[in-house]
Amino acid sequence: MHDEPVGKVSWVSGPVVRTVETRGVHMLDMVEVGDERLIGEIIGLNGDQATLQVYEDTTGLKPGSPVYSTGYPLAAELGPGLVTSIYDGILRPLKALADATGIFIGRGVRAPSLSREILWDFTPAIRNGQEVTPGMIIGTVPETERIEHRVMVPPNVSGIVTSVAAAGKYKVDQEICRVRTPQGDEVSLTMLQRWPVRQKRPVARRLPADTPLVTGQRVVDCVFPMVKGGAAAIPGGFGTGKTITQHQLAKWSDADLIVYIGCGERGNEMTEVLVEFPKLIDPHSNRPLMERTILIANTSDMPVAAREASIYTGITLAEYYRDMGYHVALMADSTSRWAEALRELSGRLEEMPAEEGFPAYLATRLAEFYERAGMVETLGGSTGSVSVIGAVSPAGGDFSEPVTQHTSRFIGCFWALDKELASARYYPSINYINSHSAYTEFVADWWKKIGGEKYNWEAMREETVDVLRRDDKLQQIVKLVGEEELPDEQKLILDTARILQNAFLQQSAFDEVDTYSVPEKQLRMLSVILHYYHRGGDVVKRSIPIYKYQQLPVRNEIMRMKSRIPNDKLEEFDALDRAIDEQIDALIAE
Amino acid sequence: MATEIGKEYVGVQRIVGPLVMIEGIDGVGYDEMVEIVSDDGKLKHGRVLEVGTKAAVVQVFEHTTGLSIGATKMKFLARPVRIPVSEEMLGRTFNALAEPIDGGPPPIPKDLRPVSGAAINPTLRHHPSDFIQTGISAIDAMSTLVRGQKLPVFSASGLEHDRVIAQIIRQAKIIGKQEPFAVVFGAMGLKHDIADFYRKSFEESGAGNNVATFLTLADDPSIERIITPRSALTLAEYLAFDVGMHVLVVLTDMTNYCEALREVATAKGEVPSRKGYPAYLYSDLAALYERAGQVEGRTGSITQLPLLTMPNEDITHPIPDLTGYITEGQIVLSKALQGAGIYPPINVLPSLSRLMNDGIGEGRTREDHRNVSSQLYAAYARVKRVEVLAAVIGEEELSEIDKQYLTFGQHFEKEFIQQAPDEDRSIEETLNLGWKLLKHLPVSELTRVKEEQIAKYLPKD
Ligand SMILES: Nc1ncnc2c1ncn2[C@@H]1O[C@H](COP(=O)(O)OP(=O)(O)O)[C@@H](O)[C@H]1O
Ligand SMILES: [Mg+2]
Repeated sequence: MHDEPVGKVSWVSGPVVRTVETRGVHMLDMVEVGDERLIGEIIGLNGDQATLQVYEDTTGLKPGSPVYSTGYPLAAELGPGLVTSIYDGILRPLKALADATGIFIGRGVRAPSLSREILWDFTPAIRNGQEVTPGMIIGTVPETERIEHRVMVPPNVSGIVTSVAAAGKYKVDQEICRVRTPQGDEVSLTMLQRWPVRQKRPVARRLPADTPLVTGQRVVDCVFPMVKGGAAAIPGGFGTGKTITQHQLAKWSDADLIVYIGCGERGNEMTEVLVEFPKLIDPHSNRPLMERTILIANTSDMPVAAREASIYTGITLAEYYRDMGYHVALMADSTSRWAEALRELSGRLEEMPAEEGFPAYLATRLAEFYERAGMVETLGGSTGSVSVIGAVSPAGGDFSEPVTQHTSRFIGCFWALDKELASARYYPSINYINSHSAYTEFVADWWKKIGGEKYNWEAMREETVDVLRRDDKLQQIVKLVGEEELPDEQKLILDTARILQNAFLQQSAFDEVDTYSVPEKQLRMLSVILHYYHRGGDVVKRSIPIYKYQQLPVRNEIMRMKSRIPNDKLEEFDALDRAIDEQIDALIAE
Repeated sequence: MATEIGKEYVGVQRIVGPLVMIEGIDGVGYDEMVEIVSDDGKLKHGRVLEVGTKAAVVQVFEHTTGLSIGATKMKFLARPVRIPVSEEMLGRTFNALAEPIDGGPPPIPKDLRPVSGAAINPTLRHHPSDFIQTGISAIDAMSTLVRGQKLPVFSASGLEHDRVIAQIIRQAKIIGKQEPFAVVFGAMGLKHDIADFYRKSFEESGAGNNVATFLTLADDPSIERIITPRSALTLAEYLAFDVGMHVLVVLTDMTNYCEALREVATAKGEVPSRKGYPAYLYSDLAALYERAGQVEGRTGSITQLPLLTMPNEDITHPIPDLTGYITEGQIVLSKALQGAGIYPPINVLPSLSRLMNDGIGEGRTREDHRNVSSQLYAAYARVKRVEVLAAVIGEEELSEIDKQYLTFGQHFEKEFIQQAPDEDRSIEETLNLGWKLLKHLPVSELTRVKEEQIAKYLPKD
């Protein structure tokens, strides 16, 4: 089937190609175009004419050139070997492409996503004669020190096992199991399976999401928490910190596996991950971060159609590991580039544009994507999740544009990055007035187990948010009359907000100690700040001038605790608590 | 070029602005180069934008005036637009298609390279981290330039960006290293006097023989500008990755480039996105800006310093906006600062270097660099807020601490940002100056620097 052309090119405009005399193809089939066999996909059919999007540069492609069909839709190869790899948007391994064409990515290069050479250590988990259903684990493979790969019965297969491979070393395309289906067919299964990327993988049922995705970033965990299986958006103008935030979450969040999609962004940012992640140690497993990471890099200089595909290939890999019972976090940087790829292709197809040139189906596509996030019971009966964190790059930094607006309807966390905070180098520049999390109440129980009554997350969070809100209101007055005019009770609010902002919410990704805080440290820090605030109330009540409170030496300790007290020396907070009481008691006694 | 074989046709169907529609062709490929001969025998160049079984749309780089429906000859060259490259091109001036326009003979090419380039495989990029000292405090301390970075200058009409860029080119160095370097200068729609200014500045600094210039002047046909940056980057890639030189590419003015793109899109009748610019503007710019960096196994590098003018000084305009989304930061110039007599008029708050973090610190600049810089940013941002407040309530009504911030701000602008166009400050001087200015604030405000750094660097008296 590969060698009989199924049509002829009739028109070429960049990544969009039309064909005539097309037959025997289906919508969304993968095709190969021209003598160089450029990879493409059928995105429109009308009689014997087809419209294709081509994932590679079409320079030199001529009308009249043959088109071949692969007979199947764009599908991901699934199996051991994905973790630690870096792929392009259509899942070609970039290392193999580098071996083939060097520094610059050439055209028409084909390389399988999974190595056909590596021998994997397979241990069977089923017996001959056993009945199997979709999602059941056939056997396991240590994919990395960190990830046990669970080879599953594919979603569309069930029956009786007629043979299963003994424990030993196998290549991904060797048979490891045979199943006789109720229809009497014999299905041969290998560790390698395929799944069409634009289709979501089935699950047994969706479960409520009530476990936080702990990120180690205080403004996220303590103010706008994310859940495992949740969906979050990080909108922000250029330079406000979307990518660093995504990197921070990829590094420090307590997911089992990370799928990081660089969608239409910088090459150097992917290189940075490639260089850094193998060196960084995951605090949850003490193994290099790379051992739980899959990278998809479709940088801005790569063809735009593959950018469109990268979001789907990424989330398919995430779902596949979810189905093994893992908690997967997917970062997509940036979903706006994906939306713009849709717009660019739609423009070339001469479709009727809706808002700002985006196609009318933009909202549907965004909804479908974020819908693939969730905490689920898998077909195999275990619990797994896909958390999706999408960066959004609004044109002109204006959140009223279509991608930000539509996205905000489909997500639970909205971390709005703020240009002004970023320009003061106040990071993460998450604006606490415009941001929100719909997951706060769901994670309160989890935090109660960590902090108990003494370090009551829910109460402390509420008070923190309250201080920040009141500060925001007071700032409106300050803008008109200055701070000096306010009574001391109000100055105390402004003062506490400043401490919260600078000593707690602000967190440098580049500070060795501060880059990541364990939940217990976050609670202790909040507790110290609020304790100081409450005792400040005692001071103000006694009409002691507030500047005396502000000049206490302990304040400097509070301002510096985030980078002074490491995650494993939390007892040092006891001394801080004591110092606050001593100094304030002394002040009151004066 | 006369020896090229290709398909030749006489007569075209339609001419719209820079586009020519031709019918009755056969075997023509997408993005192919075209030679066009007008009625009076003038040779022009173009490339295929769209091609069907019998028809093609060709974009002509030169003016389409002089082309007629009946007599225009078109020759399809069966290859993409490409240019000759060689080291000999340094010291010379070319048009957009790398034909010499300085009166000298064409350099002997070492190779012919397609100008559109190809994506660099991210697994073979080498993450840039070599600090380039520009001698300009506002850049070195606050938005540090790193070798292999793409760092544009966002300017506005009437601002002294050319002086700033010339100063950067003159002073830029890697401390302690002497390595082969070159400048590739891609000028799009440049005015004659500005072109002269740059030429003189290169000559005076003695760098003239290391500069290759691709020049399209303001009165040259606008569509040529679409090729200029591509030719410049193609030569830069050859010099960096084949010859092993450290290449600084200056592209000015990217706004003119984008306007040429818009002109073509409009002539084609494409659905525009923002402000009439085509939906593919982001991808198109990315294909240029991403042609910067360092790669594994090659010694050379490409550092890009593009310049663009923000229409109405509006940073949210699609050109600066999309650029900022692609490049590794931006240096923003401001009319307000220039109006206050400050040179270089660099507005540090919206400026950013995304690669700074990897290029600074112990062993590169100094261990306190990251913290001082962050502290200066925080303080200066507060200055700007206090200034607004002062305008409302009056300076006298400000709190003591706010007044101290105002004083800091004045000194910061006058002593730190401001410097002479020939003043080349070392990074040590720059950082020490930063500390000296922080002296205007109470120590309790300096929470972004470490206590041991305060002990070591904050002047004692
Ligand atoms: N959490 C952070 N800690 C320290 N610096 C940060 C942080 N977030 C962002 N930055 C700074 O801001 C710059 C721009 O951030 P980036 O994530 O690249 O922005 P965006 O992706 O929104 O364009 C970075 O180069 C870095 O210097
Ligand atoms: Mg980014």
